[in-house]
Amino acid sequence: MFKKELTCIGCPMGCGLTVTSDRDIPEGEDTFPVEMRDELTVKGNTCPIGDDYARKELTDPRRIVTSTVRVRGGSLPSVSVKTDHDIPKKLIGSCMSALKDVEVDAPVKMGQILVENVCGTGSNIVATKNINRVQ
Amino acid sequence: MKTDIAIIGGGPAGLAAAAAAHDAGVKDILIIERDNELGGILNQCVHNGFGLHTFKEELTGPEYAGRYVDMVKERNIPYVLKTMAMDISSDRVITLMSREKGIYTVEAGAIVLAMGCRERSRGALNIPGYRPAGIYSAGTAQRYVNMEGRMPGKEVVILGSGDIGLIMARRMTLEGAHVQVVAELMPFSGGLKRNIVQCLDDFGIPLKLSHTVVDIQGKDRVEGVTIAQVDEKMKPIPGTEEHYDCDTLLLSCGLIPENELSKSAGIKLDPVTKGPVVDESLETQVEGIFACGNVLHVHDLVDFVSQEASVAGEKAAEFVQGRLGTPVKEVGISCKGGVRYTVPASIDLGRMADKQVVRFRVGQVFKNARIVTYADGEQLSSVKKRIMAPGEMEQVILKKDVLQQHGDLQNITVAIETE
Repeated sequence: MFKKELTCIGCPMGCGLTVTSDRDIPEGEDTFPVEMRDELTVKGNTCPIGDDYARKELTDPRRIVTSTVRVRGGSLPSVSVKTDHDIPKKLIGSCMSALKDVEVDAPVKMGQILVENVCGTGSNIVATKNINRVQ
Repeated sequence: MKTDIAIIGGGPAGLAAAAAAHDAGVKDILIIERDNELGGILNQCVHNGFGLHTFKEELTGPEYAGRYVDMVKERNIPYVLKTMAMDISSDRVITLMSREKGIYTVEAGAIVLAMGCRERSRGALNIPGYRPAGIYSAGTAQRYVNMEGRMPGKEVVILGSGDIGLIMARRMTLEGAHVQVVAELMPFSGGLKRNIVQCLDDFGIPLKLSHTVVDIQGKDRVEGVTIAQVDEKMKPIPGTEEHYDCDTLLLSCGLIPENELSKSAGIKLDPVTKGPVVDESLETQVEGIFACGNVLHVHDLVDFVSQEASVAGEKAAEFVQGRLGTPVKEVGISCKGGVRYTVPASIDLGRMADKQVVRFRVGQVFKNARIVTYADGEQLSSVKKRIMAPGEMEQVILKKDVLQQHGDLQNITVAIETE
């Protein structure tokens, strides 16, 4: 028997959600397989947003990752970046590690792709700010 | 030097005010910014979630700022950087200082105050102990990490669960620091729910409500802090002390509008918001000086800053063009039952727009309550809200035609009523 407590982020209400299932999360996995989505039982939500949120969080949780990468010869030593799509939550750590040693040359344009297909997610790391070149 | 409209501050409020003033027909504008680029605090807010209301997408801070910087540049609105406004007089003469130009003055036809806010400091919190290195406001740490590429420390305790503290808990964790705990004095968090879940719960960082820092150890560098539970009077409860070994303490304990300049101009401030008292046109009690954004009252979402600033910019333009008119009769807005303040604090029926947005915050968490507005005791509207919390701004809209039906209107009331 699986049971997990979540807090809905759909609105400031922050409903406490309880998700239960007859089956457990498969060994070695962080989440249920996506096919299990409609078999989970969600309680505590006061609107459909909470129901949908809980099912997504337990089958395919995703986040946009934002960070910075180093810049050579720029007006600032680093440039802010993001993944251009949300990536699986369990890959956040790998994504950060992949950015650790990335260094790019100024100038950097907002929207410029700095790392392609980060960690095989299909998402690119793109700059979210312009950095001018300074000599 | 002269200008039609001077805008103090080149952050989200100043940029939106400038664009709106320009679109209203005033071309002679000057934005005054003390940093070396436009965009203000958004430049260091590299996380996403900005602009959902305005652009229907989740932008990062620099991207949101970039949209408004582009609007200002497309309109060729003049701006100065690395320039500090030192003083404003009540007749709208601004004293500026910069490294290149020294001290000089600008006579402005109208002024828009858009200086933003700053963080409550350790000194304002009265935490005992030495003054070692390693104590930062969350925003200072954010600037170090996100713009200057420096890490303030490795073992971190955060006091205060404001949004910047929550965001920094996640950011420091992702950059390899160990955030041990977030302590919050109040029995509820001042931050957005979404930030508590995605910045703390996602990383297993505990949030201790009704807890505060009672001691900081270390003389040259922070070596640890002691956290204790507090009672309902916010006094630490003896015997509940817990020690944490750490090298860094971040403070995220509230934001205060930055109004030194407003005071020098003789502008009346509201003791609750710590921002200027303004009327329906966002005009302060000094004629021709308008205020918007976090210098007026601290906002939860930048989208509302941009909306408010656009109004201030338009009204400043109308003032310069002689279209604004003088207030005939200011009707005060009273707060009742948990409404802490309203912006604006008063409305002139002659000058108000057809629909007037009144923004406010509540003082405690309300569930299934109503926002009720009254004109001279007669109910105008009643809106049910499932939840209202101090961390989120609320608003009501007053309609001009409805208010005008009240012949000799004396007072408007905004109240929270529980069922």
